[in-house]
Amino acid sequence: MNSTVALLLCGPAALLGTAILAVAASRLVYATRLIYGAALVISAALLVTIAGHLAGSPGEVSAITLPLGLPWTGARFRLDGLSAFFLVVVNLGGAVTSLYALGYGRHESAPHRVLPFYPAFLAGMNLVVLADDAFSFLLSWEFMSLASWALVMAHHSDAANRRAGTIYLVMASFGTLALLLAFGLLAGPTGSYAFDTMRVAHPGRFAAGAVLGLMLLGAGSKAGLVPLHAWLPLAHPAAPSHVSALMSGIMTKVAVYGFIRVVFDLLGEPAWWSGIAVLLIGGVTAVLGILHALMEKDLKRLLAYSTIENIGVIFASLGLALAFKANAMPSVAALAFTAALFHVLNHSFFKSLLFFGAGAVLTATGERDMEKLGGLIHRLPVTSFVFLLGCVSISALPPFNGFASEWLAFQAILQSPELPHWGLKVIVPAVGGMLALAAALAVACFVKAFGITFLGRVRSPVVERAHEVDRWSLAAMAVLAAFCLLAGILPGFVIDGLSPVTLSLIGDRMPVQTAQPWLSIVPIAESRSSYNGLLVFVFITISASLAAFVIHRFASHALRRGPAWGCGFADAVPAAQYTAVSFAQPIRRVFGGFAFRARETVEMPAPGSLEPARLKVDMHDVAWEIFYQPITGAIDFATERLNHLQFLTIRRYLTLVFLYLVILLLVLALWP
Amino acid sequence: MAVIFELAVQGAQMLSVLLLAPLLIGFVRKVKARLVRRQGPALIQPYRDLIRLMRKEVVLADNASWLFRVTPYLIFAATWVAAALVPTFATGLEFSWAADLIVIVALLGSARFFQALAGMDVGTSFGGIGASREVMIASLAEPAMLLIVFSLALVAGATQLSTVAAFMGSPQVGLRVSLGMSLIALVMVAIAENARVPVDNPATHLELTMVHEAMILEYSGRHLAMIELASFLKLVLYVSLISCVFLPWGLAGAGAGPKALAIGAAAYLIKLAVLAILLAVFETAVAKMRVFRVPDFLGAALMLALLGTLLLFVSRSL
Repeated sequence: MNSTVALLLCGPAALLGTAILAVAASRLVYATRLIYGAALVISAALLVTIAGHLAGSPGEVSAITLPLGLPWTGARFRLDGLSAFFLVVVNLGGAVTSLYALGYGRHESAPHRVLPFYPAFLAGMNLVVLADDAFSFLLSWEFMSLASWALVMAHHSDAANRRAGTIYLVMASFGTLALLLAFGLLAGPTGSYAFDTMRVAHPGRFAAGAVLGLMLLGAGSKAGLVPLHAWLPLAHPAAPSHVSALMSGIMTKVAVYGFIRVVFDLLGEPAWWSGIAVLLIGGVTAVLGILHALMEKDLKRLLAYSTIENIGVIFASLGLALAFKANAMPSVAALAFTAALFHVLNHSFFKSLLFFGAGAVLTATGERDMEKLGGLIHRLPVTSFVFLLGCVSISALPPFNGFASEWLAFQAILQSPELPHWGLKVIVPAVGGMLALAAALAVACFVKAFGITFLGRVRSPVVERAHEVDRWSLAAMAVLAAFCLLAGILPGFVIDGLSPVTLSLIGDRMPVQTAQPWLSIVPIAESRSSYNGLLVFVFITISASLAAFVIHRFASHALRRGPAWGCGFADAVPAAQYTAVSFAQPIRRVFGGFAFRARETVEMPAPGSLEPARLKVDMHDVAWEIFYQPITGAIDFATERLNHLQFLTIRRYLTLVFLYLVILLLVLALWP
Repeated sequence: MAVIFELAVQGAQMLSVLLLAPLLIGFVRKVKARLVRRQGPALIQPYRDLIRLMRKEVVLADNASWLFRVTPYLIFAATWVAAALVPTFATGLEFSWAADLIVIVALLGSARFFQALAGMDVGTSFGGIGASREVMIASLAEPAMLLIVFSLALVAGATQLSTVAAFMGSPQVGLRVSLGMSLIALVMVAIAENARVPVDNPATHLELTMVHEAMILEYSGRHLAMIELASFLKLVLYVSLISCVFLPWGLAGAGAGPKALAIGAAAYLIKLAVLAILLAVFETAVAKMRVFRVPDFLGAALMLALLGTLLLFVSRSL
């Protein structure tokens, strides 16, 4: 049946039309509402179409070939379980972001630089997920990258944004190059670029290993795997906040889709060791990402680094799925794969929510630096409440959604003793320890993010003038917060919804969860492990309200306001509060030594001097120094040397030409 | 009828942890006092303190937000639910499948999250110092705890506490090095999580050394009572956890009759008393360590748990 995918392709086409319309109309007064409204309607329509498709025939595949693109292949598009799931992620994110942008976009200083690229970006992401041959995939991928690059550069008068844009562009080109080579290897000597032929032709062992490595480079650089992450915390925060939400919450998921599509679908049966690299990179990415996030004091950069952590969790789960799949344990592989996809969905919810919150703070105060904020819970009551829900979800705390997916990942890790290979047996628990460390550090990170930004005393006058943001933004954030709670207390429905995808890619599925009594989730058997988010939520709610009621009714409900306890020093200035940097100091002392080569020096004034003592903290991004600086240094060195060629005399040029000819002739003469 | 009985047993478990928690603290304090030849307060002093706190009015700092007022009840509820899910005198209770060991640890994480936030709400330096140290300690204690869960799951084949306890009570366990390491690691984590000496001192109010007390410095009245009760419950939770996993004797099985339940309850009380005495002796014997020595302490717990896990990979019978 071709009608579904044809219908779905109308969506990106309509979005592209909106983009063209936006070029013409972007300076009109109503342009913002018009464009975001159109994007909202189209995304919602796409969502309804996919929902209808999933409700009717979830496992069905629908494909179409359009007479576009390369003359001998055409442009192929296909809808299967995997792309349907990612289309839900993309369009749900797109719809909620457009809703948010209806309000947030009004504060945009340069709407003509944002409006045309926003629908184009959405269209690009939809097309990547639908593409069914290497050419359309790469074209859509580049389109998505360039549209997002243009959005990063929207505020290009800021030098930091220009630098972020340049680094992003270089990394995106590098990633696409890796993808191009991967598809070249998959296409084989015949050069058949359709995914259908790649799916049946299995490459050899070395080629498969090379494709896996290239996908880790190509999709991994877009998703933000360490050490290819350096561009992400620069580029994601540089864009307007709703675009940051799309890039962090949704575009990284499209990269995950690319990885899954190639490694799980096109590459055929994985080798037993293929999971190791993915697992290790995932675990390291999770820990380093969240450690970097903890050291940040810019709210949006903190969120971008935390995206890296979550991508690490997703890739570690994917690595587990690969390892179990390769060792003929499909039911556990299905568990790990479900955990990865569930976390994809969850992260798209709470990361968009948190970026929306950061955007609301930015609108209300004009400030991204947490150390200039504080006390916003009194000025932005609704925003602070939904942001708190987002923080609880992303910190993987029950009964919210982040915990449900991480719990599934841990359940898969606990099955590792069944694996036959020693390497995997030892690595999987180590990665489990890394994920636990990342989860615990995430709690610390979001205590800091919420505590410094919204709690405490006001640190600067911008907060005094802050007002609650508009209703569109609040509605978008409330919708996402509700999704976070629902997916957390009713995870069984999500897991069952993912079963067609695991069935088609892993060949097995988790047990039917909605049939379990009381809607609890049971990965393998109830005697082994089970979790009931709904019951935990209900228990906590009942016991908290019961305790509050009993105490207020029978003991006391008297309340008096007074000044805070100052230990004898009345009226300490707000600057005496803990700041973002001082909050992270204990963790920096524990982990900073090896993660950042952090060093603290205290400059004491001479005895008797009235100068203040100063604490200097010196931190390094190790990945940047090890991987990026040598490369940029080498390129600089080479260009510097080659630059001399411009300024030679004519005799030297002639000598060079002569030498070149001689070498060429020698090569020809010696060629067998 | 059977369902009603099961529900009654579950309810008895919830109530018993709630009612026993102050008694356990009172007992630990009494033993500690006797060890240093003091008379010590009465065993029921914690009950008196809680009731008095609940009756007092709350003095709220000027800029405290709604979060500050809600948090005590949330902490209490999360800790109570977690404590009620750990088998005390019987396994296989009506709702024991609602959460496994990982969920119980994570529920305590939820409580800690809100407690650290509440510490930062008023905006004094004490709250910040407490919150930042608490999350640092937690960031090391949680991975250690997960690795302990991992070794237990390797031995017992489950993270469901009822199954683990039933397995540990069976004769096929025997004496294992890995379990010994897990036990030591679990005790170290429990000491850190409960803010006991040498990691933290529950009796101190010296600014530079406090962690838990610094976070709750601004609380008073019924709010303080809720937080104190939650911290009592947390101690009961860890003591019950250690006793149900490592001392599973006398635990009533699923669907046990009143007689088995009575034996289980008696055995539970004895285990609580023994572990409380051990805790008091340990606390009296060691000195509190500097905050930045705590990572070494917890790092040792992490390494022990990891070693225990790796030993199990070498041989399932070690």
